[in-house]
Amino acid sequence: MSDYSIEFKNLVKIFGQSTILDNLNFGIHKNKITTILGFSGAGKTTLMKHILGLTMPTSGDVLVLGTAINHLDELALREFRRNFGMVFQYAALFDFLTSFENVAFPLREFTKMSEEQIQEKVLKLLDSVGISREAAYRLPSELSGGMRKRVGLARGLALDPHIMLYDEPTSGLDPITTHMVYDLMRDTHYNNVHHGFTSVIISHDIHATLKYSDYIVFMEKGRVVEHLDVESFKKSENPVIRRFLEL
Amino acid sequence: MKLMIEKRIEALGVYVLDVLEGLGEFTNFTFKTMFWTFRPPYRFKLLFEQIYFIGNKSVFIIFLTSSFTGAVFAYQIYVGMKVINADSFIGPLVTIALSKELAPVLSGLVVAGRCGAAMAAQIGSMKVTEQIDALEVMGINSYQYLAVPRILGATFSLPLLSAIFLMIGYGGAWLIGTKVLLIDEVTFSSKISDFMELGMVTEGIIKATVFGFLIGVIGTYQGFNVTGGAEGVGKGTNMAVVWGMITVLVVDFFLTSFLTKIL
Repeated sequence: MSDYSIEFKNLVKIFGQSTILDNLNFGIHKNKITTILGFSGAGKTTLMKHILGLTMPTSGDVLVLGTAINHLDELALREFRRNFGMVFQYAALFDFLTSFENVAFPLREFTKMSEEQIQEKVLKLLDSVGISREAAYRLPSELSGGMRKRVGLARGLALDPHIMLYDEPTSGLDPITTHMVYDLMRDTHYNNVHHGFTSVIISHDIHATLKYSDYIVFMEKGRVVEHLDVESFKKSENPVIRRFLEL
Repeated sequence: MKLMIEKRIEALGVYVLDVLEGLGEFTNFTFKTMFWTFRPPYRFKLLFEQIYFIGNKSVFIIFLTSSFTGAVFAYQIYVGMKVINADSFIGPLVTIALSKELAPVLSGLVVAGRCGAAMAAQIGSMKVTEQIDALEVMGINSYQYLAVPRILGATFSLPLLSAIFLMIGYGGAWLIGTKVLLIDEVTFSSKISDFMELGMVTEGIIKATVFGFLIGVIGTYQGFNVTGGAEGVGKGTNMAVVWGMITVLVVDFFLTSFLTKIL
């Protein structure tokens, strides 16, 4: 059994004349919190799209839970994506549904749960991310940025995923809410880790990353500069990382 | 001079390539949505919601458009027909024009303006706020979830709206003809059965169905192709209306040429 939930093997992605991902070979540790860090344009979001099978590699493979997802056909890939939960940069809640309906959405789509069971599970999930009953029946436009992120997290957790992905989860949030969201992400991780749960965070928030991650992958210009545990990362002598750490 | 000509030819080439690429993408989108139409899960609830939005919610505007169109048309024909003392033909003329042309085309233009724009704006804003990505990440086909119900909704609704347009338009013409222009009520209606044929109504229904399908495809295609932020959504919405209306008028010409021969 591999120690990794996700593995990239000779992964290359070229858009037009630009090489966005340049021969990546690394793995993301199972049951750990890994942050993919880097400056804008480093290829972080493209890498996440490869994990989800939303973008296919020019060459190489992406293995998720042992399956090369770039070789799956469309239907199998859609089925496979149920292993993922995702929190988007601005939550991406469906604006025509209330918070409750947003969280219930994947359950109604993919499970045969009764309405009572769905109600029970959704309220429990919303409760676990600190969303009140009153806020549960509000539309996303009536929620604050932090609340939207929490509802997004509850929606991502609805189908009990094995891998949770966060794309810049604290963009646009104030420092206190940022730490609240990170605390919530860490609690979510450790509450679920017993059934196999890997968290992958895309970020450029160095301070939060050092505080909350187990591993850090640092990317620059489509390449992995370092892939280390947090303590080793702090001691890295790589000039690019030193520059990032001193920000 | 030579350089200028070369540049113009180059620009023309780039334009032609862009147009061809756009057509290719549009065709690909159309086939993709048609493919997903016939694959489970079948989302009847979403379909009925769209029929309600496109059909039911357009009835009032169709009522207004059709009643005044019928009334104006009756007036105009009366002016012409009075000269040759043939004002008793107003009834059949209005009915034929409404059933073959005016009802499907004007209903199409109304739906392109009202619903094509709404489709592009809804889907476009979902695109720029990553809601479509959220659907895809969950394993839901966004074309099947967003485009198929809207396209089918427009395809089913437009023939019904066109039929309403025909009835109300006739009512408007009848009111003006008999109550304002004082044409005898029996004369106004009696000649309709002499001139109307089933093929004329069928032609209108076929046209409305095709227009509904095309408006749905154009509206959703523009929505899915929105880029950037709010500006992109505005641009996509505008394109949906403009191309929806142009397509209705252009396709109407070709459909008329074809259907007149076979019906």
